[in-house]
Amino acid sequence: MISKNIQLDEQGRLKHFLSIEGFKRQHLVNILDAAEPFANVHEQAVKKVPILRGKTIVNLFFEASTRTRTTFELAAKRLSADVLNININTSATSKGESLLDMLHNLEAMYCDMFIVRHNQSGAAHLIAQHVSPHISVINAGDGCHSHPTQAMLDMFTIRRHKKEFAHLKVVIVGDILHSRVARSQIHALTTLGVTEVRVVGPKTLIPAHIESLGVHVYHDLQTALIDADVVIMLRLQKERMQGALLPSENEYFQQYGLTEKKLRLAKPDAIVMHPGPINRGVEIASSIADGPQSVILEQVTNGIAIRMAVMSQTLGRSGSESIRSSGGTA
Amino acid sequence: MTTTSELDQLEFDSSINLEQLLDTMYQAIKQKLQDLNKDDVMIVGIHTGGFWIAEKLYKRLGLTSPLGSLNISFYRDDFTKIGLHPEVKPSQLPAGLDDKHIILIDDVLFTGRTVRAALNEIFDYGRPASVTLAVLLDRGGRELPIYADIIGQKITLKAGQQIKLCGPDPLKLVHNKC
Repeated sequence: MISKNIQLDEQGRLKHFLSIEGFKRQHLVNILDAAEPFANVHEQAVKKVPILRGKTIVNLFFEASTRTRTTFELAAKRLSADVLNININTSATSKGESLLDMLHNLEAMYCDMFIVRHNQSGAAHLIAQHVSPHISVINAGDGCHSHPTQAMLDMFTIRRHKKEFAHLKVVIVGDILHSRVARSQIHALTTLGVTEVRVVGPKTLIPAHIESLGVHVYHDLQTALIDADVVIMLRLQKERMQGALLPSENEYFQQYGLTEKKLRLAKPDAIVMHPGPINRGVEIASSIADGPQSVILEQVTNGIAIRMAVMSQTLGRSGSESIRSSGGTA
Repeated sequence: MTTTSELDQLEFDSSINLEQLLDTMYQAIKQKLQDLNKDDVMIVGIHTGGFWIAEKLYKRLGLTSPLGSLNISFYRDDFTKIGLHPEVKPSQLPAGLDDKHIILIDDVLFTGRTVRAALNEIFDYGRPASVTLAVLLDRGGRELPIYADIIGQKITLKAGQQIKLCGPDPLKLVHNKC
């Protein structure tokens, strides 16, 4: 962790959004509050607001994505920004110098924001440290480290259903080891005051010492689900798995898949979440994914509002215009 | 010894009767409604001061359409200078703005930039038949070609002087902070 929080500018305003760590509760609440009015923009006949008109936002995705990339793109477009989508085949790029070279090229095109997804942890941080001062960087997922906008859209969804965070019992189920979403969610939940975060999964998929983040570890799903308010299912990230961490998908579903029977152990008004893409019959039964307690598609919709909030807060800093006009880019 | 600004404050406060101004606006809007089909009229207040006034007038006017509120934060022309206020309330415009006669209400008309932003936002919701601007106070100082159809009172302020409506209960005009 870098000693100074590079995510904030000298005045303490949001400059980059790289990880949940380093933010105080008020910062996160501000983002959630800012997202509320953006959640209504789709009600307008013209589904756009003009605040980022004239800004250029680059989607820099070094790793596959559908939901995150498209909702970032939609968010930018609903803020009236221009969007450049650059899909880089993972095999064609390596980290290090070639990445920075590419950034300098994009900077030379007068872009204002980079949305970065990379399979290496810390990639967005690295980029944020090397861009010109007027450019904002948003982490759209880096390796197994962090996916802060996903965590924030999940917090937004939870707040819309449960109002208060303090007394919630939140259960995160599955492949915690490879999940940047889980890491960001844990930081966001504890920062927002949730005292009971339970993580559940097979021993091979729970990172060692995760208790130090303030969570309770379970290996039995039924026990963990008792009285839960929020159940977050995670996808098995087979693309990140090396070696035999799992017996079989079928056996995983038997033990850790969410079924109607198991969900009855949670509170009757518990909501079921999943960051997507879902593997039906692996981590979640179809009847649950499509059932009344599922808010999975709401999460997708809320992702647009949260990303609009983060983008407008980072690019709406006072003085960013003057830095730009004085010739910020190298 | 009393300073000049204190004198201004005293004079200013005693000369404005808020209830009277609201009544002036009410009468003028009622007059305006006579030529229109009441079902086609929508009252829309600009957040926050304009909305408080709109609420009061709406109660008296007895219209069928719901009261609208407009938050122009996303349409401001100084967004890149001042950033986004974290507590922006969503705009609430009733569905079906097309072909409606909108009475747009604000507290103080000054540069005209707020009204410009409000008009842009309204047109992102639909195409109204007309927009009538009604304001509590017109303090001059326009920077855009915008005028109000209905004005509670015209006032003149000295350079650097501010005026602000605090509320919602009770509504009060002040020179600086609420």
